[in-house]
Amino acid sequence: MAAKTKTIKTDYLARIEGEAAFKVVVRDGAVRSAEFKVFEPPRFFEALLRGRAFGEAPDITSRICGICPIAYQMSAVHAIEAALGVTVGGPLRELRRLIYCGEWIESHTLHVYLLHAPDFLGFDSAIHMARAHGETVKRGLALKKVGNDIVNLLGGREIHPINVRVGGFYRVPRRREFAPLAEALKRVRDIALDTVRWTSKLDFPDLERDYEYVSLRHPDEYPFNEGRIVSTGGIDIAASEYAQHFEEVHVKRSTALQSRIVGRGAYLTGPLARYSLNFDRLPPAARQAAKEAGLGPVCTNPYRSIVVRAVETLYAVDEALRIIADYQEPDRPAVALEPRAGIGCAATEAPRGMLWHRYRLEADGSIAEARIVPPTSQNQPSIEGDLRACVESSLDLDDEALRLRCEQTIRNHDPCISCSTHFLRLEIDRGQGA
Amino acid sequence: MSAPPRCVVLGVGNPDRGDDAAGPIVARALRGRLPDGVAVIEGSGEATALIAHMDGAAAVFLIDACVSGAPPGTVHRVDASAAPVPERLRGLTTHGFGVAAAVELARAVGQLPPRCVIYAIEGAAFETGAALSPAVAAAAAEAARALCAEIGQTE
Repeated sequence: MAAKTKTIKTDYLARIEGEAAFKVVVRDGAVRSAEFKVFEPPRFFEALLRGRAFGEAPDITSRICGICPIAYQMSAVHAIEAALGVTVGGPLRELRRLIYCGEWIESHTLHVYLLHAPDFLGFDSAIHMARAHGETVKRGLALKKVGNDIVNLLGGREIHPINVRVGGFYRVPRRREFAPLAEALKRVRDIALDTVRWTSKLDFPDLERDYEYVSLRHPDEYPFNEGRIVSTGGIDIAASEYAQHFEEVHVKRSTALQSRIVGRGAYLTGPLARYSLNFDRLPPAARQAAKEAGLGPVCTNPYRSIVVRAVETLYAVDEALRIIADYQEPDRPAVALEPRAGIGCAATEAPRGMLWHRYRLEADGSIAEARIVPPTSQNQPSIEGDLRACVESSLDLDDEALRLRCEQTIRNHDPCISCSTHFLRLEIDRGQGA
Repeated sequence: MSAPPRCVVLGVGNPDRGDDAAGPIVARALRGRLPDGVAVIEGSGEATALIAHMDGAAAVFLIDACVSGAPPGTVHRVDASAAPVPERLRGLTTHGFGVAAAVELARAVGQLPPRCVIYAIEGAAFETGAALSPAVAAAAAEAARALCAEIGQTE
């Protein structure tokens, strides 16, 4: 006789950005199997890039994700510049860090205030939370808007930013154009600092995980666009060596590929990894805020990722102010480029984790081959491990409470597959007579 | 930074996901056809960005693709000014945290413009890279005509 299976389904018809399913089998009070499945758009974009001129890559790849288009543009331009043997420095490099600050502020603030905080405070959705905590949500909206303003000024527009190009930008702002932005950033800095304090007071489930963290690490900076790929397990490589140390495995149950460290397995990218591998690269103000929020130099409780995001947001506000204060208008908006045959790789730090691109160019500059490894596929095995741990420690909950706890667990890492309140289909098989 | 416009028209959607492009296409069709002082914006549909765009305006018109089970090309008009977006249309948006969430969130924090109207166009297909399906293209033109008439009277 078949074991009794209880299925809980949530409505996922209306969303197309991403959704997820989690199937867990429980026998005798123990988790026998746990399968986390993500529906990602197929790798349409890698095929779309083939045969296109290299200059089209930033515009095409920015369309992959509505939440982090800048990350896709940044990984694309750096990888193609590597293939062309070009380095972009000076004010153009600074402007690239600035636009990345904007995307971190946007994405992290959305994640902290509207996706993750309602879980901690026991609200069904951000809307319900806003009815009870209107002023708090308003502060979050004001902080996020400054991130939008940075991306709009440098990216040219909100949807599918178009101003980023291989070699630099199509147009760079004059110094005076930054004045209103600098004022807005100064106004929201207190909100950013207060966000760190506010998140630190939330009630965090006890869970410490033994992740292998992977992120960029730069000699002087908290990483956005540059650095070596390092891990808590001893990896220390250039982006061009990524494919020798990390592999993607096709999992039958998912349209997404899952990444793992060759010979070892699951790893984690994103705020927890960046922070834990680069704490000493944060400026004193951000380090102090982290300390006051109860964070040590390493954080292994995934639920505290909400505090780490707040610390990174504070850093992004301060870094944006620094870049604007020091900004010197460049002589030209982009460096000159000559097409040539070559291979180039780059990794940059998208808000939710490391994003790796590789391009092979023909002599005429057309793209012969493109490979894109997004954070979602890299983190998927670790998220599955978190879910297993979460279910094992919460078997006394009923199915609905368990589903909510699982959603919160996924939201520790990924806003993109969790951008709707009830995105998870949980299928729990507790065995006959359960 | 500058004074907010009196009236904002927001066309929402991903231009590269088949019928999800309906909102931006209506916005483009409206450019140059509306009274001075009406801002026409194409947006990704992310809720907080929508709220930032509508903040301080007297009226907002939101256009988005939807999947509610009606025949493709159906144009739903919802006046959300006073009453919440009806439950049966909550799942309208094709975006995870999109138009309906933006309207209710703005209402909850007291930032919803006094006049708020949603035009939702029933989509059929949302494949990456696909064009609008014919029924939705016709519906987009119909929605643009209706919005021209409605906003012309409002102004």
